[in-house]
Amino acid sequence: MKNRQDKITAEEKFYIATQWQLMWRKFKKHKLAIFGAIVLFIFYFVAIFCGFFSTQDIYKRHTKYIHAPPQRIHFFDEEGFHLRPFVYGLKRKINPVTLRRTYSEDRTKKYPIYFFIRGDKYKLWNLFPTDLHLLGVKEPGTIFLFGTDKLGRDLFSRNLHAARISLSIGLVGVALSFILGCALGGISGYFGGTADMVIQRVIEFLMSIPTIPLWMALSAALPPHWPPIKVYFGITIILSIVGWCGLARVVRGKLLELRQEDFVMAAKIIGATDGRIITRHLLPSFLSYLIVNITLAIPGMILGETSLSFLGLGLQPPVVSWGVLLRDAQNVRTVVLHPWLLIPGLFVIVTVLAFNFLGDGLRDAADPYK
Amino acid sequence: MPKEDKKPLLEVKNLKKYFPIEKGFWKKIVGYVKAVDGVNLYVPEGETLGLVGESGCGKTTIGRCILRAIEPTGGEVLFKMGDSKMVDITRLNKEELRSIRKDMQLIFQDPYSSLDSRMTVLDIIGEPLLVNKIAKGVELRNRVKDLVKTVGLDVRHLRRYPHAFSGGQRQRIGIARALALNPKFIVADEPVSALDVSVQAQTLNLLQDLQKEFNLTYLFISHDLSVIEHISDRVAVMYVGKIVELAETEEFFLNPKHPYSEALLSALPKPDPRLRMERIILPGEIADPSNPPSGCYFHPRCKYAKDICKNEKPKWGEVGSEHWVACHFASKLTLRKVSG
Repeated sequence: MKNRQDKITAEEKFYIATQWQLMWRKFKKHKLAIFGAIVLFIFYFVAIFCGFFSTQDIYKRHTKYIHAPPQRIHFFDEEGFHLRPFVYGLKRKINPVTLRRTYSEDRTKKYPIYFFIRGDKYKLWNLFPTDLHLLGVKEPGTIFLFGTDKLGRDLFSRNLHAARISLSIGLVGVALSFILGCALGGISGYFGGTADMVIQRVIEFLMSIPTIPLWMALSAALPPHWPPIKVYFGITIILSIVGWCGLARVVRGKLLELRQEDFVMAAKIIGATDGRIITRHLLPSFLSYLIVNITLAIPGMILGETSLSFLGLGLQPPVVSWGVLLRDAQNVRTVVLHPWLLIPGLFVIVTVLAFNFLGDGLRDAADPYK
Repeated sequence: MPKEDKKPLLEVKNLKKYFPIEKGFWKKIVGYVKAVDGVNLYVPEGETLGLVGESGCGKTTIGRCILRAIEPTGGEVLFKMGDSKMVDITRLNKEELRSIRKDMQLIFQDPYSSLDSRMTVLDIIGEPLLVNKIAKGVELRNRVKDLVKTVGLDVRHLRRYPHAFSGGQRQRIGIARALALNPKFIVADEPVSALDVSVQAQTLNLLQDLQKEFNLTYLFISHDLSVIEHISDRVAVMYVGKIVELAETEEFFLNPKHPYSEALLSALPKPDPRLRMERIILPGEIADPSNPPSGCYFHPRCKYAKDICKNEKPKWGEVGSEHWVACHFASKLTLRKVSG
């Protein structure tokens, strides 16, 4: 008897669940999407607190350690296991013929890793001056988890700071495209007629232009004396100029589809105002589809920024983004000799994949009534 | 047209709805689909007018034009406001329309697309009360509970979403929503055609009970003559945007005057197994409303057609008491009626 009671309540729960609860139920079943969501959560969390998570100042040059490889974290030495991890010092040798630097671990020097250590000064979110880092070693030790670049700067810290720019540019860019896409797609779908035709032709035109030359032309138009923050927003606007087209089409298509639905006519007949129909009936019905499309549009933005910066047309040093970091890995020699310079590429791939997995899961969950 | 003793609640005069056909890049209008082409009808208070016809003949369009859910191209829709004053709905502005719509509501054919799947039963049925500022909060809840009881649903299910219900239950929710504003007139647009036969009967009986209880007037649209026979006081037959015959239900079934009505009635299944079905199979297809035939629209399919039918449009005329037909030979033809 008790069993039956339980069953009924579970069924009733399903019947009274809101759209979002039903979506969450469906989404939870998509393991890959959950995995993507967790990865992205970690990435964004680290990016937000990049100063804390990085081990040192991103502009500090270690002239003795140019193109140093990543240092490994050890738990074991000749004496056995240590609870506190440590890194060995680096020994540099210069080949007298090729002048190539090679580094090897110096087993005589051992630098234990400390957590919540005081180190280089930075400003959290450019507001709060602090010097607390998640991990680090004491002077004169060094810790280069991802190696160093040609000026001897720590790539681990640079990658984390780059994540902040690259990940946020996707969000800001999509937010801009979202506004443009909703407004223009909404006009196109709701009013139709001439406005619809003009907007659709403009979208077709914009979409027919190859993106890289268009971006090149537009970013060449950005004044070179602009401060980095202005360039950052300039680049996001350039990226959204193409980005909004897809969203506008989704909004228009969905509106055209929903306008035909009987429940919209029913709302009209009972005397609901246009505003109420849009906000209470139309928006909730396609909000989930919009979220899916936004999720799938973000990786496009991130890839766009990366390719622009990689080509030297996007953000410029001293600003760091993954694309800017990848510029150091433009030739075969670097890739062969200093493969750790490619680590930002790995981050881009993982991020894009995670967004796509997440988007996939959201798409499957978007219409819980089918 | 209406007689003195029966005061019409709704009168439709020469109603027209033409949909433009657009072609090419510049959306040039190359013609019109005459979905509703000069329709006259009236519905006396407390009665049910059954509107019957093939799919695509414009039944639904008439219903929606009357409510001005779509804008009619021409004609008048007169509706009785509170006292005996008749108001032309086609001339009302947005505000006046909103207030008159409290008196006229629509029940939809498709119980799936007519309910917003993202709202609870309480929100769906309560929305008319809320947007017209009639009730809110606890009072709204109580009124919705009453409505839910009236249409025979369980009051415990107010928090449920539409996907929890069967087609018949969903249709009841739709009916409750239509009743919420206490309307006088309801357009029921094929309210049972999407339902199982067993559920059809329940829903029809519910509609009849509600009619008695609230003194409702129905315009009942259907393609199913047996449903029409069951619920209607009078029947209007529609063919390609025009009404071809209008009569009281009994009169219509016993004494049809239009050849098209004869063909429709011959297809009505009869519950007697000894009777042999002798259906009249109409030749050809239903006429294209964007390019209708000359003269009487029905003449290419009519076995009684003469030359005059090709050349002249038949007049809408009374052939008996409360019996109107648009046919040149209405009084001369002897047509088959429903046997039994």
